[in-house]
Amino acid sequence: MNDTAGSGGGVKLKIQGAAKNFGGVRAVSNVSADVQEGEIFAIIGPNGAGKTTLLNMISGFYHPDEGSIHFEGHDISTTGPSEIAALGIARTFQNIALFRGMTVLDNLMMGRHVLMKSGVLSSFLYWGPARREEVAHREKVEQIIEFLKLTDLRKTPSGALAYGLQKRVELGRALAAEPSLLLLDEPMAGMNQEEKEDMVRYVLDVNQEWGTTIALIEHDMGVVMDISDHVMVMDMGEKISQGTPDEVRADHRVIEAYLGSTDHKEVA
Amino acid sequence: MFHRESGYFKTTYQADMGLYPLPVARYAMVAIGAVLFILCPLLLDGYYLSIINLVAIAVVGAVGLNILVGFTGQISIGHAAFMSVGAYTAANLATKLDLPFWLTVPAGGAMAALIGILVGIPSLRIKGLYLAIATLAAQFIIEWIINHTPSISGGVAASIEMPRPVFFGKELANQAELYYFLMVIAVIAVVGALNLMRSRIGRSFIAIRDQEIAAEIIGINVFKTKLIAFGVSSFYAGVCGVMYTYYLGIANYENFQLITSVDYLAMVIIGGLGSILGSIFGAIFITMLPIVIRLLMESFGSIFIDDAALAQVIAQFRLIVFGGLIILFLVVEPDGLAKLWQNIRNYFRFWPFSY
Ligand SMILES: Nc1ncnc2c1ncn2[C@@H]1O[C@H](COP(=O)(O)OP(=O)(O)OP(=O)(O)O)[C@@H](O)[C@H]1O
Ligand SMILES: [Mg+2]
Repeated sequence: MNDTAGSGGGVKLKIQGAAKNFGGVRAVSNVSADVQEGEIFAIIGPNGAGKTTLLNMISGFYHPDEGSIHFEGHDISTTGPSEIAALGIARTFQNIALFRGMTVLDNLMMGRHVLMKSGVLSSFLYWGPARREEVAHREKVEQIIEFLKLTDLRKTPSGALAYGLQKRVELGRALAAEPSLLLLDEPMAGMNQEEKEDMVRYVLDVNQEWGTTIALIEHDMGVVMDISDHVMVMDMGEKISQGTPDEVRADHRVIEAYLGSTDHKEVA
Repeated sequence: MFHRESGYFKTTYQADMGLYPLPVARYAMVAIGAVLFILCPLLLDGYYLSIINLVAIAVVGAVGLNILVGFTGQISIGHAAFMSVGAYTAANLATKLDLPFWLTVPAGGAMAALIGILVGIPSLRIKGLYLAIATLAAQFIIEWIINHTPSISGGVAASIEMPRPVFFGKELANQAELYYFLMVIAVIAVVGALNLMRSRIGRSFIAIRDQEIAAEIIGINVFKTKLIAFGVSSFYAGVCGVMYTYYLGIANYENFQLITSVDYLAMVIIGGLGSILGSIFGAIFITMLPIVIRLLMESFGSIFIDDAALAQVIAQFRLIVFGGLIILFLVVEPDGLAKLWQNIRNYFRFWPFSY
């Protein structure tokens, strides 16, 4: 808990006693955690542990029933998703949620929506400021396209891409917003080994070169233990362990949760 | 006007982002402009120009409806009512306050946009069929209100005679003179829509259509953006209504009833949802259809039946062909005429070097 490896100083995201119920299901209950500025923070746990729900609360898609979430010191517990995006939090989705009818380029331009401001009239005329804005943001987007090696695909409709590439475009869309906190929900799920290695490299590069704080959910233990500064383990809505990868690996509660989770299912 | 990309390289993003990035396309646009603004008025007589005028009016309405239905993924069966709002707004301003067209046209659009935004408010909560019903209700409510408010509708007949538009002291009295007036508005509407759809606002419309949740997470204010889409779309409808009123010389609610809403939906479906070019194709197609049917029936129909019965048959036949075509397009080519055009174009795209 008090290890500060990889942190650039300061708490980026503070979750205090967060809880979320869906009808009778307690999806997240009393979870507290600090994500340090500049670190890679992993959230792991068996299926249905409440990881995605926690991410959904951070990005404002749900609001916690109890507890609070602070981002850079501001309470964002009741803030809407579009305002949270404007504060500098971007994310990807467990089930890809690209704008399928749009090209790769337009998906990434879309990521910059919060940084742009042209209104209806200036867009209609496409004069002066609106046009300059489009070109300026296009330049930034092209950098990301190059970084993610999507150059040949920029004019391809995103819906026509292979699964692994769609995941990469989604990462690109999130990066296009130049977030200071990036939330990734299983960025490597369903990928083959080579695609996974590429994705790991992108995540590390973003973290190291751009200083972006990253919170990610991932099932691949090898990856998690390799790249994270801190790991939080959830099971059945609760946080059962947290620490450096080594600490978590040694925690008997974690071992029980992972080995015992099949028992739970048999009992339930 | 085939877009051939062979042997041409774009060197700046600005060039790549132009409406017509390829020189061929730009020449084609100049050629189309020359045909529309020089050749047509020179060569065609009033009858044919009046048909093109109708097409120009329909283009504005269809582009507007497509922005809402095709690009934003919302539905409206009340667009004819928004057109009538524009029509009566302009007619009242022109008759009571003597306002010129360059004020009545935007004012009609603005009033329709206001009403459209009000009707769009439920779109945050309701979708699909329910939104369709809500806009259908709006169609009838607006119609009823106009009809029963003499100060809007101009009295018992619910129609207002519209003065001719005046351009620098010259009254545009016949179809040939109206031609330029209507065509210029249509061109502005189309270019404006193309601009809108390639920039921030247009992209957020498409984002909402494709993935509403992701759109919101990315920072789009979904409610506000839907209302903007309703506003822009019904602004176009309003302008379309004003154009039609100047064209006819009269504002009358009978021209803006449910069947007209359906006509415009047919234009965007047959033309191609989410395509500006498709809206233009659809507008041409649906406007020309009854004219062509009438022409054919009058030439060949009289062989089988007498003239009195023929008029009746023509009216029915139009509806049958119409319904059949909508079903055909929905089943066979949901992307409409625009897609058919694209297929042809792609074939020639890199011609002669296809590989
Ligand atoms: N919108 C919802 N409505 C009802 N129940 C929900 C909703 N979202 C999540 N849940 C429930 O909350 C619990 C936690 O789900 P969540 O998706 O957060 O798990 P997870 O840890 O992300 O699992 P996985 O690894 O399978 O993605 C599950 O029991 C799920 O069924
Ligand atoms: Mg999940």
